[in-house]
Amino acid sequence: MKKIGKQTFIFEKYPYLIGSYSIVGPKEGKGNFAQYFDEVLKDDTYGQKSYEKAERKLFLTAVERAMGSCGLDRDQIDVLLGGDLMNQIISSNFTARQLQLPFLGLFGACSTMAESLIVGSMILDGGFANNVACVTGSHFSSAEKQFRYPLELGTQRPPTSQWTVTGAGCSILSTTKSSIRITHATIGKVVDWDVTDANNMGGAMAPACLETLSTFFQDTNTTPDDYDLILTGDLGKLGSEVLRDLLEYRGYKTSTNYADCGQMMFTNDQKVFQGGSGCGCIATVLNSYVVQRMRLGKLKNVIVVGTGALMSTVSSQQGDSIPGIAHLVVLKAEK
Amino acid sequence: MEVFERDKKYNEYLQSKIPKTKPWPSLFHAFWIGGLICLVGECIKDVLMYFFPEMSATDAGIWESVILIAIASILTGFGLYDRLGAYAGAGSIIPITGFSNSITSPALEFKREGVIFGLCAKMFTIAGPVIVSGLVACVLCGIIYLIF
Repeated sequence: MKKIGKQTFIFEKYPYLIGSYSIVGPKEGKGNFAQYFDEVLKDDTYGQKSYEKAERKLFLTAVERAMGSCGLDRDQIDVLLGGDLMNQIISSNFTARQLQLPFLGLFGACSTMAESLIVGSMILDGGFANNVACVTGSHFSSAEKQFRYPLELGTQRPPTSQWTVTGAGCSILSTTKSSIRITHATIGKVVDWDVTDANNMGGAMAPACLETLSTFFQDTNTTPDDYDLILTGDLGKLGSEVLRDLLEYRGYKTSTNYADCGQMMFTNDQKVFQGGSGCGCIATVLNSYVVQRMRLGKLKNVIVVGTGALMSTVSSQQGDSIPGIAHLVVLKAEK
Repeated sequence: MEVFERDKKYNEYLQSKIPKTKPWPSLFHAFWIGGLICLVGECIKDVLMYFFPEMSATDAGIWESVILIAIASILTGFGLYDRLGAYAGAGSIIPITGFSNSITSPALEFKREGVIFGLCAKMFTIAGPVIVSGLVACVLCGIIYLIF
């Protein structure tokens, strides 16, 4: 069996990450990863009539350009995997309609990038396909509309709030050899430590991330020191500090090799309180910074953990606490 | 029971980590912007009464509200009122201009879902509860007035 320990899976031969693309909005383009993104939009409506349509176009561009980055045609992609934050994952559905590819829609909130990589890796390592495209993303304005208040409403954001990243990222996984390979994956459990504040997603998701990471370390008999970089999705400044504390409490000491995409996405001047969030947060950083650094050989052994908050506006309004989930993949640079 | 203890402990820990808003700067921002909006209102009323001497103070007050509502609505349309709100907080929410903003902003946001189900239906998603509370308060006051 390819499973070790409680929840961890080993991919023995495949898959390789052969292509990637990241596209972000103007605000993200002024953030800390500006130089790494493949494309930065000047206008966050992307020439569309609504933000929902703009989000779809981000997805479409990400998939098409990611295919282009590794010289694949549309008919060479066997499966498209994708998900997003919109109700009924419309951004992914409508992108799949446009692309006319066999499609599995996924929902893991902001953990969807990691979820799609895991499902894609399993499809490839199981020998069911040669090339799989994994896409996810988010849009600040469409997320605000669905989860919070109208954009023009004159309210103050609470100090624990995060800023949904406008952007999409696509990875092409393949059986064709390349310099980056996915070696392990851990599928997370839904973890809920009774946090009810929907404005404190980092705090709600940190326990899920803790459980997934510590299970992974136990399953593989490794420690945080064995990896060049442990990258979590969108815990933000507060959430990543909480995770550090929780990990230390469990006996795992993290040093400078731990970072969070949400925490790093924006500069301090951009006034986004706890940092970035959303599916697009880890999707764009993974498909730009991480992939580029790994290809250069600067990073060799990277843990990527997608973190998601699995509530809806209805469950929050009915007073339910926020269930969190975290999925993990390990990327290795190979020669 | 063990889980309950863990969750309680975690939430207490989380509360201790949460950054707090500094009350004094927030109060100051709300105070001077809120005051400024009221001052603008008073100026509008004075100007109205200067140009239309036959207008009663009550009528001038009503026109003043109408003009403030219109100004806030237009500022919302230009994407300026949310910036004011982010700075002033309650200072720009409590005056009638905040009420105007709370109706205009969802109208703008949902207009792409059509006039009936978008604009008209969603217009009162934020202001609705305020109107309901206002009406309930009116009814209660009316009953008290009737009895005594």
